[in-house]
Amino acid sequence: MKNRLLWPLLALAALLLLNLAVTPSFFALRMQDGHLYGGLVDVLKNGAPTLLIALGMTLVIATRGIDLSVGAVAAIAGAVTCVHIGASGDAGTAFAGMALALVLCAVLGLWNGLLVAGLGIQPIIATLVLMTAGRGVAMLVTEGQIVTVNNTAYRQVGAGFVVLPISILISLLVLGLVAFATRRTALGVLIEAVGVNPEASRLAGVRSRTIIWTVYVFAAVCAGIAGLMISSNVSAADANNAGLWIEMDAILAVVIGGTSLAGGRYSLTGTLLGALIIQTLTTTVYTIGVAPEVTLVFKAVVVIAVCLVQAPKARAALSFRKVAVSS
Amino acid sequence: MTESPQPVVEMRGISLAFPGVKALQDVDFRLFPGEVHALMGENGAGKSTLIKTLTGVHRPDSGQVSLAGAGVAFSSPGEAQHAGISTVYQEVNLCANLTVAENILLGREPRRLGGIDFRAMRRRAAQVLARIGVHVDPASSLGEHPIAVQQLVAIARAIAVDCRVLVLDEPTSSLDAGEVAELFRIMRVLRDEGVAILFVSHFLDQVYEISDRMTVLRNGVLVGEHLTAEVDRRTLIAQMIGRDLGTLEAIEDAAEKRHPDGPVLVQASGLGRRGAIEPFDLSIRTGEVVGLAGLLGSGRTELARLLFGADRADSGKLLVDGVPLRLRGPRQAIAAGIAFSSEDRKGEGLVADLSIRDNLVLAMQAARGWTRPLPRRTKDQLVEKYLKALDIRPANPDALVSTLSGGNQQKVLLARWLVTEPRLLILDEPTRGIDIGAKAQIQQLVTALAAEGTAVLFISAELEEVVRIADRIVVLRDRRKIAELDGAVTGVDEVVELIAGGAAPEKVVS
Repeated sequence: MKNRLLWPLLALAALLLLNLAVTPSFFALRMQDGHLYGGLVDVLKNGAPTLLIALGMTLVIATRGIDLSVGAVAAIAGAVTCVHIGASGDAGTAFAGMALALVLCAVLGLWNGLLVAGLGIQPIIATLVLMTAGRGVAMLVTEGQIVTVNNTAYRQVGAGFVVLPISILISLLVLGLVAFATRRTALGVLIEAVGVNPEASRLAGVRSRTIIWTVYVFAAVCAGIAGLMISSNVSAADANNAGLWIEMDAILAVVIGGTSLAGGRYSLTGTLLGALIIQTLTTTVYTIGVAPEVTLVFKAVVVIAVCLVQAPKARAALSFRKVAVSS
Repeated sequence: MTESPQPVVEMRGISLAFPGVKALQDVDFRLFPGEVHALMGENGAGKSTLIKTLTGVHRPDSGQVSLAGAGVAFSSPGEAQHAGISTVYQEVNLCANLTVAENILLGREPRRLGGIDFRAMRRRAAQVLARIGVHVDPASSLGEHPIAVQQLVAIARAIAVDCRVLVLDEPTSSLDAGEVAELFRIMRVLRDEGVAILFVSHFLDQVYEISDRMTVLRNGVLVGEHLTAEVDRRTLIAQMIGRDLGTLEAIEDAAEKRHPDGPVLVQASGLGRRGAIEPFDLSIRTGEVVGLAGLLGSGRTELARLLFGADRADSGKLLVDGVPLRLRGPRQAIAAGIAFSSEDRKGEGLVADLSIRDNLVLAMQAARGWTRPLPRRTKDQLVEKYLKALDIRPANPDALVSTLSGGNQQKVLLARWLVTEPRLLILDEPTRGIDIGAKAQIQQLVTALAAEGTAVLFISAELEEVVRIADRIVVLRDRRKIAELDGAVTGVDEVVELIAGGAAPEKVVS
């Protein structure tokens, strides 16, 4: 399994070294007012929403599903919170707003789960519904305006610091919780079983539906938290652009991390690496000064390269000596 | 069966290892034109691997393959087929949604004006089918036909091109006696035309009937090559299983007939499901082995699925310990102590990409729910116990279950249910496609479980096996229960007569 993470790890290292070559101070960290700053911290901070969403996506993909609605759900979370906060500067109002938003996200996750597990609709179609409708819901909530707030407590989520940016801490905390919940309990192996062979799992008595339902709710809540970060970072809710295309980045992060879209075995560490690679790539585009017109092409080339070295066929073509594992 | 000096296929020193498994070690194999050559060995002996090495699915780590004297290295089954090696695998690998004709000529459709000439295609398909005496409409969709017919279509597909070598990997496992005879007739015709036929079957009778020469493998190693006429069964079996024949005798008197009079554990009255099985009554006592006999598609599996809640009954009721139990799904059945090992190991049984360990404890873990993981130590103890008890090889709990041979996969599936200590164990074709040694082990296990008080519902297409092992035999025909017989006094002939009675042709859906 280590082998599976080797290539993403090398890709990440290569990207970081490229940044170091262009910007010698890239790895430098400095403390200022008890806050840690530096290139690496920026990568982590900017990548936090993608990482969160990718974590939810990993579990969904492991059950053979996909969730396209996460970007829209993120927008809804930001919109609901900002509208709830309104002109208030009160911390209590901010927390109530965030709680409300996350509960709503969980409900949206239940909706996706209902379509996929309850009604048996193909995940890509089922979540497409909310992907398109969700933006509309967010617009409805914000009445088509960009809602700005001025609330110190809310601002902390996306822009605050406890030595490190709070958004980093939140996403790492969620990563830790997911890792614990899936690997220390039997959830992980049951998710994989459902992903590899749903019918065999059902006949073995696995509650396939409940598990699928759970992962969609979890993915939506992750998207909600990410939406709060995005909106909090700019103290505004933009129903149109918050979390736009983030589902694609998240899916990419999962795939780069070595989890197959066909479902089954998944790797949270891989997803972490994938999310970091994507964010580092975005940062690299700026640091090495890629012309804006070719930014997307540049990203595409890197992603293709990473995916290629992971493909068994391409790897075979690289003709590494085949080692017979015996254990 | 003239032996020409030059073999059409010659494999020398073939070795191939998978992660954790040495599948083939230095195996030589040769195949002459105009012979039927049986490849013999237990499950996991390397038969399928050798075939797949020949047909380009696997590449050997070392060794040479030559075809008609010239060295070849196929990198895909397509290349092998192009060179004249056609294969029919154990599992039907066709597209159920396409027509029979399309399946037969897939990838080599007759063309006309840049498009497919469907009329010519149907005509050619009809010719091929006629050649092997299968009467199906080439324009009908394949999925409408029973598995047995699909198998024959697969063979038609293989011989639709000029093939020098025809590989048949357990082609007879889902055919009835008439179809087998038909297949053998075709094989003889092809053989006399000079085709070299490589044949794998677990049915010794069939091997002795059809083959001219045999090669025996054991644990990935070549044991011997013989002319069929020169080797008797006992010698052959001893070579295959590599141990004394005590096991074989044990099979013969595995089950001493009993009349278990324990309390009734499961009682179905009027249980049925439209289109699957007509309402039936059935009661199973603790410690009793009830055999289900009937042809393919007679409703054996359907009956079992109702008892397990895999499908919902739409009539009748089910009592467990005299208490009505409404099954909404397998979970209630499992909670009531019912276990069901499906005949479709790959599709409905094992989770291929998980390890042996995870597969083994899956049912128990599912019953506990995800919040209560089995402690690592308990898990390891269970896994070790059952790997040993069922002689699962390789005994490496971390190996992916997909790397195991059919028989060992079956044992893992069995072990998954034994771990849950069921009160009623439903075994659907637990011995299909597995070798004689594993078969004996499973039969002995069933007997032992029954002696300890587990009720077993045993389904098998092999009547001898059902008759030998069951205390009571339930006979099904055309999706209806037609008789219940005392296993102690019933012979195979009697069951055959019942099944054949009315002489309705075999009907199968999907």
